[in-house]
Amino acid sequence: MIWSVSWRNVWRNKTRSMVIITAIALGVFAGVYTIAFMFGWINQRINAVINTEISHIQVHHPEYIETNDAHDYIPDIKTIQSAAENKTQVKAASSRVLSTCMISSAETGSGLQLVGINPEKEQQVTNLHEKLIEGNYFEETKKNQLVIGKKLADKLKVKLRSKVVVTLTEMDGTLTGGAFRITGIYQTANSEYDERKAFVRASDLKNLIKIDENAGHELAILLNENNMEQKVADQLKAEFSNLEVMSWLEIMPDMKMMNESMNLMMYIFVVIILLALGFGIVNTMLMVILERIKEIGMLMAIGMNKVRIFTMIVLETIYLSLTGGVIGIALAVVLTAITGKTGLNLSLWAEGLNSLGFDAVIYPEIGFDAVIVVTLLVILTGVIAAIYPARKAIKLKPADALRIEM
Amino acid sequence: MKIVELKNLVKIYDDSEVKVKAVDNINLSFEEGDFAAIVGPSGSGKTTLLNLLGGLDTPTEGEIVVNGTDIGDLSSSELINFRLQNIGFVFQAYNLIPVLTAKENVEFIMELQGKKRKERSQRSMELLSAVGLKERVHSRPSRLSGGQQQRVAVARALASKPKFVLADEPTANLDSKSTETLLDIMEKLNKEEKITFIFSTHDQRVVKKAHRVITVEDGHVVSDEKRK
Repeated sequence: MIWSVSWRNVWRNKTRSMVIITAIALGVFAGVYTIAFMFGWINQRINAVINTEISHIQVHHPEYIETNDAHDYIPDIKTIQSAAENKTQVKAASSRVLSTCMISSAETGSGLQLVGINPEKEQQVTNLHEKLIEGNYFEETKKNQLVIGKKLADKLKVKLRSKVVVTLTEMDGTLTGGAFRITGIYQTANSEYDERKAFVRASDLKNLIKIDENAGHELAILLNENNMEQKVADQLKAEFSNLEVMSWLEIMPDMKMMNESMNLMMYIFVVIILLALGFGIVNTMLMVILERIKEIGMLMAIGMNKVRIFTMIVLETIYLSLTGGVIGIALAVVLTAITGKTGLNLSLWAEGLNSLGFDAVIYPEIGFDAVIVVTLLVILTGVIAAIYPARKAIKLKPADALRIEM
Repeated sequence: MKIVELKNLVKIYDDSEVKVKAVDNINLSFEEGDFAAIVGPSGSGKTTLLNLLGGLDTPTEGEIVVNGTDIGDLSSSELINFRLQNIGFVFQAYNLIPVLTAKENVEFIMELQGKKRKERSQRSMELLSAVGLKERVHSRPSRLSGGQQQRVAVARALASKPKFVLADEPTANLDSKSTETLLDIMEKLNKEEKITFIFSTHDQRVVKKAHRVITVEDGHVVSDEKRK
């Protein structure tokens, strides 16, 4: 009956309870929706890193990451590719030839990394083909097709079908060049990537730099599911100890740090909100105790022990907190579901966001685990906020409490 | 049979500036089936005496022996349990739990005692019928008159099957008709079920009904009159 008495006590002063429940609901809503927004934001960036820029795992010559030197290649990359593709966790693998080069249009020039790919394989690993805003993704049979980023196209002042000249060095160090026609222009959320990467067929690039047919600089591996990258990377490391096998988290440690620190920051943010709400709850419960001194005195007099009185007040506080918390969480989940589909358009800040690699349209999302954590934090807030008022209540002496004139 | 015995009872309130001897060496005992009123002017010590009898306050000196137990020796948590099992309370301002119905108020104390649901329900119905509130069992206190609330309080006080019931000015907030009804019910319970009632009161209507009248002045018992 104590559970029932506590619940009914919450609704004795409806106005006061509704005020504090509304405050809790708004605070929790703000906290949970902020978490959803940040999760969506970070996850979009992680998805872009995995699906567009890096894939789950990359394999290089041990020196390549340091030197970026075309001589640091993997001689028989096809063997590594086959070994990777044979793993059940691997969805697809794509080998690439890389070359740092100068690209020149009639107007100007720019430095970039030319990525030689096998388009059919690459489409299974990256989603760059979905990011095309003009032209096509190596659909023509002609040689020397080039797919470049919009930012680079704007910088070079070139359009689709424009011709550009690429200057690079052959494997023997001889300076060479080739004319390419722009057949596709892509745009990702990362403007720096768009400016620094251009794609050609691997065969065209291999001919140009005169590298062996079976050689390659990079093997990008996409897995069937996230969170398996370290396990698969470790397996490949064991198999190919002479190569550098890195997961995306190792290639971009800043992303890992950002992800972890953002998670921590979000929970700190929620804890600060709940701490502020906690003081409001303490204040409300102190008023409740003050109003009910006589009643608490009576309960003690008739034989309700201190543990039960303490429990009654803690339960009352938890009900108050949880009601507000559940309303706040429900509102946040509903809004997350809606904006998770429609997206939140931050195009006013698109340039700044894109330069950091973030999309300008954010799709908030929230995991069940975050909802559980926030719910537990709300309950914990209720329990902690109840301790002081409940202690005050159990310290009352029944004879004194009954004598008080309300 | 003696159910309560007060031996050389002294209660001094000492708030560091003033010392007040509210109860001064009282020796008193109550028998099973007593229907006693403690009377006296305001400040005479009757509420203090009632609080000491009920274990709501502890004596400065002396003993309060209830059914062979000196309640002065009990710790505060033991005292709470002792009150739950042995003493029924009726307060001047009824002091029912406002969020519970009449039946739930009566059942509440039995739940504290750990009684089973069926037993609680049956006894609460019997008691509420006995105080004439069979039709109002599902009403909350705010829906009941003062007299009805006090009758629920009496039912609640009896729910735990106490050794005796302490009633502090039970009729102070009631009109004549409600007072008469309440006193008739308590007298009937006293007569038929041998339930011991000890009142502190100013109310002459209560004094008239009481079978024993103890007059307290300045912390002393000045008279102890047994009528029947």
